[in-house]
Amino acid sequence: MENHHHIPAVSLFNQLILALPFILGVVLYVICVVYSNRTYKKWPISRLLFWFGGCFLAIITVLGPLAVRAHVHFPTHMIGHLFLGMLAPLLMVVAMPMTLLLRTLPVRYARLITKVLRSKIIGHLTNPIITGILNVGGLWIIYTTNLYILMHENILFHVVVHLHVFLAGYFFTISIIYLDPTIHRYSFAFRTIVFILALAGHGILSKYIYANPPNGVNGYEAEVGAMIMYYGGDLVDVILIVILFYQWYKATAPKPNAI
Amino acid sequence: MATNNVVKKYTSRIIWSGILFGIGIAAFIDETVFHQLLHWHHFYDKSTKEIGLVSDGFFHAFSWFATIGGLFLFADLRRRQILQFKPWFGGIFLGIGMFQLYDGTIQHKLMRIHQIRYVENILMYDLIWNIIAVVLIILGLFLTVRSRNKAGG
Repeated sequence: MENHHHIPAVSLFNQLILALPFILGVVLYVICVVYSNRTYKKWPISRLLFWFGGCFLAIITVLGPLAVRAHVHFPTHMIGHLFLGMLAPLLMVVAMPMTLLLRTLPVRYARLITKVLRSKIIGHLTNPIITGILNVGGLWIIYTTNLYILMHENILFHVVVHLHVFLAGYFFTISIIYLDPTIHRYSFAFRTIVFILALAGHGILSKYIYANPPNGVNGYEAEVGAMIMYYGGDLVDVILIVILFYQWYKATAPKPNAI
Repeated sequence: MATNNVVKKYTSRIIWSGILFGIGIAAFIDETVFHQLLHWHHFYDKSTKEIGLVSDGFFHAFSWFATIGGLFLFADLRRRQILQFKPWFGGIFLGIGMFQLYDGTIQHKLMRIHQIRYVENILMYDLIWNIIAVVLIILGLFLTVRSRNKAGG
């Protein structure tokens, strides 16, 4: 093992804890699809594939060789971060899990869920300013304090940070593009501005990491990792921008007899 | 029949679509040609000021949105059948020129995010870079102002 800085290897138990929610997610999603297909028209296969893809990326990030390598190698860690915090959430959001859940559950349970969706807490968690701060602000804290070392030495920090990265990515994505039912809505222009700020914060942090390696990371690995973060973040966000602007484009379609 | 005001509004929308897309083109050329292919520009320069890092981050993020947004605006102009190419290209020249001038003066020189190329005689590079930028802006202004005046009647 190339364990520099006395980082203990990430245990299998630790890996399984993190992978479990996503494995459950796959099983539950398939059950919902099969069950609701009996009553409603067929759930698109494409969404099923998006969900599988998202869960797959999340699972390989926290379980298996990529997870083990990410623990000791910063560029690999960064690839994992792009998967878990950006690409996996995006694919899962496109799979519209909330819509699926609502059509599967009996009406009275579905009503309970929409009640939760109307709550103030969910309102805050779908406000792009708040999710942007949770997302990019969280990253600044991870990479500019000792948290990066701590999460490698302590199981609890390891689990919490990874869950946070995923959840912050998921909530940020649903606060920018509205595919599932969204009660608390913000204008396209507002979401665009906040999104630009968040992407800028992400890019600035990448270059900051390039120049100031996090504790426990050597200079060369920091440089490579920073560039993966900078350009990888761009690539994933392009998909998000296209979806956002496409929705905006459709929403402003001229009425047939307006011209 | 469209009134003068509506035509004016549409003309400025055409110009804006061009400007946004032009900023995107400039950012794309900057990234692919100067950073990745020629390796003249550096990802990070030790003399970068903190404000330079912030400016680069915002500009980089904004240029992605500008590229994609400019193209969606273009699609919108086409579906409304109000697209005119002269002001649109004028906007593109303006966008490229303004990006390049900002990059070449404020970002390279004042904030020192990186130089055009790491060579002895950098002044030549800076001069050519910024003169091209000014020429593009003048060309863009010429095309847009002319079509705006025409639209204004």
